[in-house]
Amino acid sequence: MSQRITVLVEHLEGQPTDVTFELLGLARRIAKTNGAAVEALLFGETVRHLAQTLPADRVVMVEHPLLRYLAPEATAITLTTLLRTDPPWLVLIPNTSLGMDVAAWVAATLDWPLIAYCEALEQHDGQLVATAQLFGGKILADVKLEDRPTVISALAGTFATDALPPAPPGTIEHRDPPAELAALRTRSVVLERPEAADVDITRAEKIVAVGRGIESKDNLELAEQVAEALGAVLAASRPLVDAGWLPRSRQVGKSGLKVKPKLYFALGISGAPEHLEGMKDAELIIAVNKDPKAPIFSVADYGVVADLFEVAEALLERLEG
Amino acid sequence: MTIVVVMEQVPDVVEELVIAPSGTDLDRDAVSYVINEYDDHALEEALLLAEATGDEVVAVGIDTTGELDQALYTALAKGARRAIKVTGDFEGAWLSTRAAAQLLVPVIKELDPRLVLTGVQAPDDLDGQLAPTLSALLGWPHASVVISSEIADGVVRARKELWAGITMTLELELPAVLGVQAARQAPRYVPISRVRQVMREASIETREVEPVGDLAPSLMRLRFPAETSQAEMLTGNASEIADRLIELLRARGLL
Repeated sequence: MSQRITVLVEHLEGQPTDVTFELLGLARRIAKTNGAAVEALLFGETVRHLAQTLPADRVVMVEHPLLRYLAPEATAITLTTLLRTDPPWLVLIPNTSLGMDVAAWVAATLDWPLIAYCEALEQHDGQLVATAQLFGGKILADVKLEDRPTVISALAGTFATDALPPAPPGTIEHRDPPAELAALRTRSVVLERPEAADVDITRAEKIVAVGRGIESKDNLELAEQVAEALGAVLAASRPLVDAGWLPRSRQVGKSGLKVKPKLYFALGISGAPEHLEGMKDAELIIAVNKDPKAPIFSVADYGVVADLFEVAEALLERLEG
Repeated sequence: MTIVVVMEQVPDVVEELVIAPSGTDLDRDAVSYVINEYDDHALEEALLLAEATGDEVVAVGIDTTGELDQALYTALAKGARRAIKVTGDFEGAWLSTRAAAQLLVPVIKELDPRLVLTGVQAPDDLDGQLAPTLSALLGWPHASVVISSEIADGVVRARKELWAGITMTLELELPAVLGVQAARQAPRYVPISRVRQVMREASIETREVEPVGDLAPSLMRLRFPAETSQAEMLTGNASEIADRLIELLRARGLL
């Protein structure tokens, strides 16, 4: 094991995602305290153009058509092969849809420990401690990092990138794809992008967002009226979209859209970590929820512990009156 | 042929959670358990697949609470053909994902399924998600964050959600493992009378297993998130709150 922190670069057809730079920044902050080297693992079909843009001491690149979309099997096998040959101290993988398929697979295959849902990685008394979000964000778990290779799947949108100074150009190394790619049991991978939606909630200045607290589809009408009276668009958390009450294009959160409106008015949204990831950067967040411990209040500017229907009706009366 | 659904009971995070005096677990006496909501979606997706193919759905769970029967009977009432409870000396324990997967692998191999479905994640999986862990230990291909699937010509075609409405559709050779985010339709409802009827007529099979060595992360402590929020809480009756909200929005030029 070397004192090396390895980051799996996430990109979609050559476009790096924000979390890649968040994790490289995190790796560099830790490396600064203990002299470790930061390594970026860059897999894809043709990703050479990306290699120079990554702030790492070393970029290790593997190019192969089957790595084009970073689909689970090909990515996990390639990553495992590299890690087994030359184990680093830490492996940082984004806890995104793509990363989730890889992190647990790689850790179980190598029999290395894994800490998932990591939201902080900091020194405490000379000891590196990872903090994981559990139980819907209601509990944090502090985990001591052992002196052995460890995989960490880190939450997107949690680690700062703004303090990241430009990196001196690191070395770029090519590696051959592992032979196992010839025997994958993934037969095909097709990427589909959504058709243009009726409303683009990422461009909305004001959003009224509803969650499970709205209780029934019929109650959506009240939220729609409030949205209309405020000049806002209506959005929702995942369960409502899964239930078919609103189209996917209205879903805010990790698997939906990230929004940064001037106003985010959350009605009956408890604020699971996956939802907060999509809206916590809104300029003004007002949340109404029955549960005083709802995690949404941790990101809100103003909070109301109340029956959302009573508040919505009173508000509507004033806006329309 | 067989489709296995792995179901886990997890603490209901809607309820108030209490940290045990040890500091490294929840106070399990204060916890009320529910089926992991994503596992419920995995069951629904499995039942939909089985309706199309004639496969037999087998619900499997590790009984860490002594209360798993109800969930398994519910799965039977919804259409699962068999239910298997894995038991051992771990009641009340917080099993790591890795340990759970190790306990499940021999049971899954015995059932020889062509597909294993489970929820995409659980509220307590500190050491990662079950589906990719099972995939690694079984040596079968997998995909997670699945929102629909179909079985055809020796493959499962699984649609996986990335973000912002972008999806990836993978064709995986069988047997395979899927981590389900959401079934194609909302999980079906089954009346309690039907569950009671199943409890009289059907039985749950048991597999007694030895605990496995655990490579759980070195948990130091659990804690509640610090009150870092600057949220100003508005109080009063609904009218007073509405007045304050209007005032706030006007002050910021949002009205």
